[in-house]
Amino acid sequence: MEDWRAAQEILVMDGRIKVPYAWSAGEVGTRYLEAIRDERKFLGTRCPECGTVYHVPRKHCPDCFAECSEWVELGSSGELVTFTVARRHHPQLSPLEAPFGYGIIKLDGAGTGFLHLLHEFESVSLASGMRVEAVFAEEPAGAITDVKYFRPLKEVV
Amino acid sequence: MEPVAIIGAGMTDIRRERTSDTYADLVFEACGKALDDAGMTIADVDVVLTGSNDFFDGRTISSMAVMDACGSYDKNVSTVEGDGTFGAAHAVMRVLAGWGTCLYCVHHKGSESVMPLITNAMFDPVFERFLGIEAVTSSALQARAYMDRYGITEEQCAKVSVKNHGNALKNPVAQLAMEISVDDVMSSPYISDPIKLLDCSPVSDGASAIVLAGRERAGAFARKPVWVKGIGYNCDAFHLGDRDLARSDALAAAAKKAYMDAGISEPATEVDIAEVSDVFSYMELMWLEGLGLCGPGEGGALIDSGRTAAGGDMPVNVSGGCLSGNPVLVSGLNRIIECALQVRGDAGARQVEGVGTAVAQGFNGPCGQSQCVWVLGGDV
Repeated sequence: MEDWRAAQEILVMDGRIKVPYAWSAGEVGTRYLEAIRDERKFLGTRCPECGTVYHVPRKHCPDCFAECSEWVELGSSGELVTFTVARRHHPQLSPLEAPFGYGIIKLDGAGTGFLHLLHEFESVSLASGMRVEAVFAEEPAGAITDVKYFRPLKEVV
Repeated sequence: MEPVAIIGAGMTDIRRERTSDTYADLVFEACGKALDDAGMTIADVDVVLTGSNDFFDGRTISSMAVMDACGSYDKNVSTVEGDGTFGAAHAVMRVLAGWGTCLYCVHHKGSESVMPLITNAMFDPVFERFLGIEAVTSSALQARAYMDRYGITEEQCAKVSVKNHGNALKNPVAQLAMEISVDDVMSSPYISDPIKLLDCSPVSDGASAIVLAGRERAGAFARKPVWVKGIGYNCDAFHLGDRDLARSDALAAAAKKAYMDAGISEPATEVDIAEVSDVFSYMELMWLEGLGLCGPGEGGALIDSGRTAAGGDMPVNVSGGCLSGNPVLVSGLNRIIECALQVRGDAGARQVEGVGTAVAQGFNGPCGQSQCVWVLGGDV
């Protein structure tokens, strides 16, 4: 008997799952994003037990399991802890045209790093430990993208 | 720990765009192979455990669609969402809870979705996801942190890729078996510095299954039991900026627990082979450090030494590793299965002589957030 599989072209069902979500930033996250939107300021929270300043701010310290009730104002520049340059543009993901960077950035006054984009670095080579500064969006909307990206700090002479 | 053994194992071929089979078809094939290997029928299975991920499958409660394929109608069945090393650890607990035999199967069809969109969704939806970060770019942050800290070079990472793709030539289920050179890896295009195309594992489809049994039932079937000597797992921080990305404290803690179970005090000399989740080439070096198979920062020197080559004194990823085929979730179980086959002496052309103690490692989450370590051996 002839194998019915031999001349088969397998059928595939193209689909797309599109489900609206409304993810709450929570009380702590909202205050943080509002400070960026309204005052161009970064805030962290301090653990009363170990003293770690969390950025982005956390409601609880994961190490001490204590409530972080104290707010701390941080600088808008800091240290680039590690980085990568994304070479491929993904149309549904990439917020900037490739090449652009991602960095873990430890802002001045913060005890932890946070993830953000890197841009405007063509003229200098990136290096771990270098100073970077935030570039804010002209029309803030109350989201983490109100910080457009970080760039190597232009030192004021 | 009461003794638990692997008494059967089955793997499908690992392939890209295996459109000829639905994921349930893959599960049926893997379970059948595991039962055949054990010399059992589905009637000999007391309890079933499945592994799947809804987001990868694009199905809510995706495990429901494999219940027939794993023979679990009228059986006690549960599901673990994460990597196969964690799922298999849960399967061990099912046996320790008193069930005689447990069939664990896990599947993945990476080809059916768009991997960067899926892995992007593991990041925080308020603070991270809109930045477009996903598995490759986040791992590149870790690779840079690790390489900067310890002076590990891109060439040393490339050697991992060369070794594992070469090892895969002797593994009939591998997807990317090929002889390549360090130059080939170094000249492949950057995806996200310092990670290049040939430092990355491929998109893959596949399924695997194992059968576990306790001491009473382990000897009742066809195969020589491979005993679980130790298991440990441990979790690190979710936010990448909270962690020291250059080292894995979670893996060190998981390994310590597994070695304690197994009575291993000097892993670097007592472990005969290791199978680690080299989803990116740098990870093999980092995970070997976390496993204590070399010192911190010595991963680069270890690959240079040739000791982890198939003919070395501590071969790593003789199967070809994840770099040669990475059905996510299944990959962790495949690390365990390779160790079991090597301990049993059934690894065919890639058999390493005299494997008494084998270590398998898997992880869940961005940059190896949660780590799981298994120690397998031939004696109770």
